[in-house]
Amino acid sequence: MSLRSVPLLRRARKPLLGAAGLLGFLAVWQLIPMLGLIDREYLPYPTDVAARLTQELVDLAFWRRLGLTMQAWAIGLTIASLAALALGAVIGLVPFLRRATHTTVEFLRPIPSVAIVPVAVIIQGISIEAALIITVYASFWQMFVQVLYGVADVDAVARDTARSFGLTMTERLTKLVLPTALPYVMTGLRLAASVALILAITAEMVIGNPGLGTLIMLSRSTPGDAAGLYAFVVVAGLLGVTINAVFRRIERRVLHWHQSIRGEEIL
Amino acid sequence: MSAAARIKTIVANLLFAAGLPVLILVAWNALAKKPDEAVGAEKFYPDPVTVGRAFADNWIGPAFAHEVLPSLYRLGIGIVVSIVAGVAAGTVIGLLPWLRELTEPVLEFFRAIPPPALIPIVMLLLGITDTMKIAVIVSGAVWPILLNTIDGVRATDSIMTETADAFRITRWQRLWYLVLPAASPRIMTGVRTGLSVALILMVISEMFASSSGLGYRIVYFQRNFLIAESWSGIVLLGLTGVLLAAIFGFAERRILRWYHGMLEVERG
Repeated sequence: MSLRSVPLLRRARKPLLGAAGLLGFLAVWQLIPMLGLIDREYLPYPTDVAARLTQELVDLAFWRRLGLTMQAWAIGLTIASLAALALGAVIGLVPFLRRATHTTVEFLRPIPSVAIVPVAVIIQGISIEAALIITVYASFWQMFVQVLYGVADVDAVARDTARSFGLTMTERLTKLVLPTALPYVMTGLRLAASVALILAITAEMVIGNPGLGTLIMLSRSTPGDAAGLYAFVVVAGLLGVTINAVFRRIERRVLHWHQSIRGEEIL
Repeated sequence: MSAAARIKTIVANLLFAAGLPVLILVAWNALAKKPDEAVGAEKFYPDPVTVGRAFADNWIGPAFAHEVLPSLYRLGIGIVVSIVAGVAAGTVIGLLPWLRELTEPVLEFFRAIPPPALIPIVMLLLGITDTMKIAVIVSGAVWPILLNTIDGVRATDSIMTETADAFRITRWQRLWYLVLPAASPRIMTGVRTGLSVALILMVISEMFASSSGLGYRIVYFQRNFLIAESWSGIVLLGLTGVLLAAIFGFAERRILRWYHGMLEVERG
């Protein structure tokens, strides 16, 4: 082995092993129904699922449903993160409000969003509004808690320095609070984005407003369409991976000046 | 601090803790109409007394044993299995770099699947049984625990690992005294996420496939337009969530006492 090929091999090692892992997973999946461990009717071959997936990919109805899911996701995420940003900043910056809202927040936050489904459906009917209520509710807390911590995390020395230099309120907000809170806000946004996707799809499954979730439920109740069910779940997983990757990328871009990101780049 | 000042702080703390919840309840009570005088959309927002009565009628008494306890039992088993499986697999994967690189894309994919989407698949494979409901809980709650354990194990301080090597500490001792404690803050982070996922999946699995349990009751109320009863379901699940969070908080303070102490010292 020549000296030059060593670092290349090392660099290629990770993606190669990862690809091998994926292939291995697919092979095991193929073998289980082939060997008859689980009936093909319940666990179709990955090739069946891939065939079914390509069939859906050329179907406009599939894309329309996917679009509806993404629309619910985008609206829900926008409402939730704007509301959380505003409320979190105000409550986080005023110690009185922080103390006064503590118990209320600690009671409301752990309520699982699906608990709200019945009330949302009774009030809004089977509609995207009902789905939005639970999507916003669930993703709001992800962002809110991060903003709350973020605006309160201002370094004591920096705050005192700002005060002794006589910075105005606006200056302090933009030069002190914003840079401190931004990493928290970005983390909150990433978490809220994936939670919003989970809830957008869950809402479609439980409430029945059209989207990817209803496709999953439809193929579940269609006898012999296990391949369809698996295909749609794979699509949901791929959506999740994509959203994660995109928001990680945005986070790196926005925080390129921050220690946590710069530290990674040196390595 | 004088006695009077101490009493003053206690009263202030109490006011801060109870003030807003009491205000909300009072405002809610004032704004909501009683069921017999509500018209149109007002019916959807019953007053807190009505909700409280619905809560007492539907969840306290025999219904608690029939509907709530079995759900909580499945939730408990699901959480325990998720923690054991997640920590065990996560430790092994975290300690073996090649295994980590091999499994990472697959695990990332499974984590990214919205957990409720797995319910139909688990139902297809296992049928509608108690095992299926527990499997659903595990299939969603295990991922955050597993991935956080992997990260935690990976981030074990290298000086400590080398010290353990130099002292020829046996493999099990090393696992017990070095690797697991070092990973425990991350593991607890994963468990916290896992708990809320588990609670959600407990409810949804019963919404889809059940003739009893919390989730079933809640859907039943919705389908029959029992409005106050639906609201009481939110209250019950809220209380369950708070209880779960309290138990977790207690366990975390116990397990991570050294860690919180260390952070305090670092901050001065």
